[in-house]
Amino acid sequence: MKPPAFAYAKARALDHAIELLGVDGARLLAGGQSLIATLNMRLSSPSLLVDINGIGGLEGIALRDGRLEIGALVRHVQAERSAEIARHAPLIARAMPHIGHAAIRNRGTLGGSIAFADPAAELPACLVALGGEVEIAGPEGRRTVAADDFFKDLFETALGPRDVLTAIRVPAATADTRVGFAELARRHGDYAMVGLAAAARADGKAPKDPRLVYFGVGTTPVRARKAEAALAGGSLDQAVAALAQDLAPQDDVQATAAVKTHLAGVLLRRVAQQLEAA
Amino acid sequence: MSPHLVDIRLTVNGEPVNERVEARKTLVDFLRDDLGLTGSHIGCEHGVCGACTVRVDGVVVRGCLMLAAQCDGARVETIEGVSDTGEIADLQEAFEKRNALQCGYCTPGMLLTAQELLARGGVPDRSAIREHLAGNYCRCTGYHAIVDAVESVAETRSKG
Ligand SMILES: Cc1cc2nc3c(=O)[nH]c(=O)nc-3n(C[C@H](O)[C@H](O)[C@H](O)COP(=O)(O)OP(=O)(O)OC[C@H]3O[C@@H](n4cnc5c(N)ncnc54)[C@H](O)[C@@H]3O)c2cc1C
Ligand code: FES
Ligand code: FES
Repeated sequence: MKPPAFAYAKARALDHAIELLGVDGARLLAGGQSLIATLNMRLSSPSLLVDINGIGGLEGIALRDGRLEIGALVRHVQAERSAEIARHAPLIARAMPHIGHAAIRNRGTLGGSIAFADPAAELPACLVALGGEVEIAGPEGRRTVAADDFFKDLFETALGPRDVLTAIRVPAATADTRVGFAELARRHGDYAMVGLAAAARADGKAPKDPRLVYFGVGTTPVRARKAEAALAGGSLDQAVAALAQDLAPQDDVQATAAVKTHLAGVLLRRVAQQLEAA
Repeated sequence: MSPHLVDIRLTVNGEPVNERVEARKTLVDFLRDDLGLTGSHIGCEHGVCGACTVRVDGVVVRGCLMLAAQCDGARVETIEGVSDTGEIADLQEAFEKRNALQCGYCTPGMLLTAQELLARGGVPDRSAIREHLAGNYCRCTGYHAIVDAVESVAETRSKG
């Protein structure tokens, strides 16, 4: 289908974007790889698209005070190739090749993936697993929201209608950081049926403080806390068994809830191996 | 001027183009309907099939997920352009020789996407070729012949 009629404006700067977003029914346009698809399907009908692609200063990747900051307009392809991300945020580096297809990665942005908050998307789960945070600019100035508080419900985040997500920040990996990532998708690059992003600290045998964050199994990224505790206690079998209590997936077009729970266990065994590897 | 109309200046296959477009018009509709460049096809219109693949500022994009209005100042290339310049003549010949197309609906998108991989140089293995083309559906060939064609061109080109 064709999108409904809307007006289009190119924001010159962050302030200008926030001003334009004050128009009733305005919607921010970044890579467009989710938004334009939904417009073509007429799932929404904004009055105005505010294109932020021309705004400078939102495409940097930089290490600051032990945290890696990634600008909202960094494209998936840029993140995939970034030496800084490979070194300081290896979990994100592992997730990148699974996100979309070549042409989509050339346009889609990291900020857009976080803001859109598809429950089957990789990056929101990575951000939660890493205990990262989101930097937001809005009509009342700037604020920082922890990843744990950012994802509220299905496609719902801490962002207000006039807010612009400007960057995400994650703690830079250290020598004892361990990460693991695995997902199952019917076609490489499509959204996952089930996926798992995990981070922990190396500490003798069992991974310490593991954070196991599933995607594709709920309305937001889902932490498997009982499985985390079992894994920290050294029992992978108990961790896999605990998933039945941690996760409550719904049947969807991809798989039934029972299949998803089973696959979550399969992924946990794969990821646990990655967490052990130095 | 209505806020629903946008003036754009860009180049398409090297030719300067100045047009007034509806803000909601996608790039692939603009190319097909306004410029008559019907080599870029339309399949799903939501980013899944890859039939609409074109090149913008040197990289492949979904023509259905970009607005023409966003292409002000851009350099757009379509299958017509890369055919005329001869950039992918060897790839086109390999597709024909290996029966890597039947109905041809997916072919322009396949060629442009494959060319992006080939332009990186070297000989990608078959799984890397499949992965790179994973976003382009072909309902006819079963993909095997397409991978054959791309692989053979990579080998020939790397021999220089
Ligand atoms: C076929 C296909 C397969 C895909 N597969 C995957 C996949 O496997 N995994 C995955 O994660 N994604 C996938 N995607 C989506 C892709 O990664 C998108 O690029 C991404 O989800 C959205 O980023 P965008 O920059 O394109 O945002 P847009 O489409 O421009 O915007 C999406 C939404 O976020 C809002 N938004 C965007 N940027 C900001 C910002 N800086 N501040 C505030 N709000 C903002 C917009 O207003 C809009 O509501 C796929 C897309 C397609 C078409
Ligand atoms: S028509 Fe654009 S991806 Fe299918
Ligand atoms: S040749 Fe018919 S869709 Fe590919």
